[in-house]
Amino acid sequence: MGYLEGFLVTLKQHRLFGGKRVTTSYSGGRVAKKVSDPEGRDDKITKPERMHGRHVLNRYDDGMEKCIGCELCAGVCPAKCIYVRGADNDPQDPTSPGERYGFVYEINYLRCIHCDLCVEACPTEAITESKLFEFSFTNRRDAVYTKAELVVGDDGRPQRLPWEDWRPGEYQQTSGWMRATSPGGDADFVGHVGWSSELGYGVRPPEESAP
Amino acid sequence: MLALDELLDDLSFGAVLIVLLKVVIVFVVGLVATMLMVWFERKVIAGMQNRIGPNKAGPWGILQTLADGIKLFFKEDLIPDRSDRFVFKLAPYLAFVPAFLVWSVIPLGGDFSGGKDGHVVLFDHVTRLQLADPAIGVLLLLALSSIAVYGIMLAGWASGSKYPLLGSVRASAQMVSYEAALGLSLAAVIMVSGTLSTSGIVAYQSSLSKWHIAGTAFVPFAIFLIAATAELNRPPFDLVEAEQELVGGFNTEYSSIRFALFFLAEFMNTVTMSGVIVTLFFGGPQPLKIGGNDNILSVLGPFSGTVWFLLKLLVFLYIYVWFRATLPRLRYDQLMNLGWKVMIPVALGWFMLLALLRVGGDRGWTRLHKTTVGVVALAVLAVAGALLSLAVNVGSRNRDREGATF
Repeated sequence: MGYLEGFLVTLKQHRLFGGKRVTTSYSGGRVAKKVSDPEGRDDKITKPERMHGRHVLNRYDDGMEKCIGCELCAGVCPAKCIYVRGADNDPQDPTSPGERYGFVYEINYLRCIHCDLCVEACPTEAITESKLFEFSFTNRRDAVYTKAELVVGDDGRPQRLPWEDWRPGEYQQTSGWMRATSPGGDADFVGHVGWSSELGYGVRPPEESAP
Repeated sequence: MLALDELLDDLSFGAVLIVLLKVVIVFVVGLVATMLMVWFERKVIAGMQNRIGPNKAGPWGILQTLADGIKLFFKEDLIPDRSDRFVFKLAPYLAFVPAFLVWSVIPLGGDFSGGKDGHVVLFDHVTRLQLADPAIGVLLLLALSSIAVYGIMLAGWASGSKYPLLGSVRASAQMVSYEAALGLSLAAVIMVSGTLSTSGIVAYQSSLSKWHIAGTAFVPFAIFLIAATAELNRPPFDLVEAEQELVGGFNTEYSSIRFALFFLAEFMNTVTMSGVIVTLFFGGPQPLKIGGNDNILSVLGPFSGTVWFLLKLLVFLYIYVWFRATLPRLRYDQLMNLGWKVMIPVALGWFMLLALLRVGGDRGWTRLHKTTVGVVALAVLAVAGALLSLAVNVGSRNRDREGATF
């Protein structure tokens, strides 16, 4: 058929003539308002185990902050979006178990690329990433998350900011970092937990090892 | 009084009111049709690319265009410093108004079944479902589509910027060269039906064998379809706004409502050109005879013609989207070669052949005479075509030898 063959190819792709769709439509809008969500928001799909979302600053079981103000996260950040200043702990009323704590901690989400390098650099597992990525602020000041906004609440859950889209159950997803007990394959470390406890969750179990 | 509605021959209040009503309806239908065309195109092309297309604004996303339009209204209107301000502001209207005016001469409906001439009775007045029926309808169509070139040409020129200028230079060259093929294929239709008035052309196509696609033996239709696609700057002839080469083409510097006007004009041209094709080659509002039944939609009364027209129109709108989904863009030299070295000669040759047979018909030739003359004429055309392609080949070989890029 030569030139005309292409027409048949495109026509067959059309749904009227038996083509398939490879994308899915959003679930929100008027239909969702009637069916599931009164605000008419889209349903969210289950997020992958290691998804990188916005950060949280974790605390120990006893309520102490994990951050020791070492600035390694700021140093490793390729987007230069983290600003940290450490300060000495007050011996009478320490903020963190160590000598110093994170006095100022800011992340600019207009710059953050969610590469997770800060999480890998952190020596105390103070900073981890939640799975939340649906946040749309309306000014630049809101885009800079301060320490007060990043640190987890007394129940160990991330704080919900007004412009963030949290759904029931998502508060649990505070930490998306890797919990493999033997990534190098050394049998001595299989099942050996190498991380500390978290406020509200205790010591989290290891990820199931790959078959 | 060339193009005035025949209702206005004896001025009465009712007649004026009906004409005004028709004006409003044509205006609104034009706008709504354009809006739906944009949606239709996005939806169909999404279907052909295994996507979904607009689906959020209104049912099936049908209000998407409206939302886009409202958004464009509220955007900042920029005028470049180096532009020619007056022409820059004028150009969108030059593109938009002709697109609208074409609607006025297309018969949008009417009772043509069984050889009637398309008059219907509305509110006790005999009228046509057509805004104006000038005796020179087809010429007006050609004139308006030529004026639309000015809009595009001046837009690029007045922008005071490189790429828009390049886009508009391409546009004017392309439209001028394809206008010739368009006119020649149209001439065949005019010759066969013997009238320039659009309603006359529709009235002539009273049966399937008299539809001009059959009456002029398909070739003028094919040429008209291709040339019309080029006139519309639609893919695969959209060199004017080839995004990969020219940013946005002639409308790069336009924003806000001026850009919306260009956008609207482009899609309205698509709809009107489909309407013109239906009118010229497919009998416009003429009903299709199915199984001895003259007009299966006759229950709709005076509006059955309109429904027939819309059904035929829809087929062509789909075809235009189909073109866009299928064909890659032509290179500039391919475009010019196709226009000048293929379409114009073929259109001219076919026109001469039809003219010959027409002369034969007027002189009362017998069928044998006609066949013989036709075969001889076809042979002559074939020889001429072969000579032409030989000349073209020699020319391109010489250019290759001289090292020209094309």
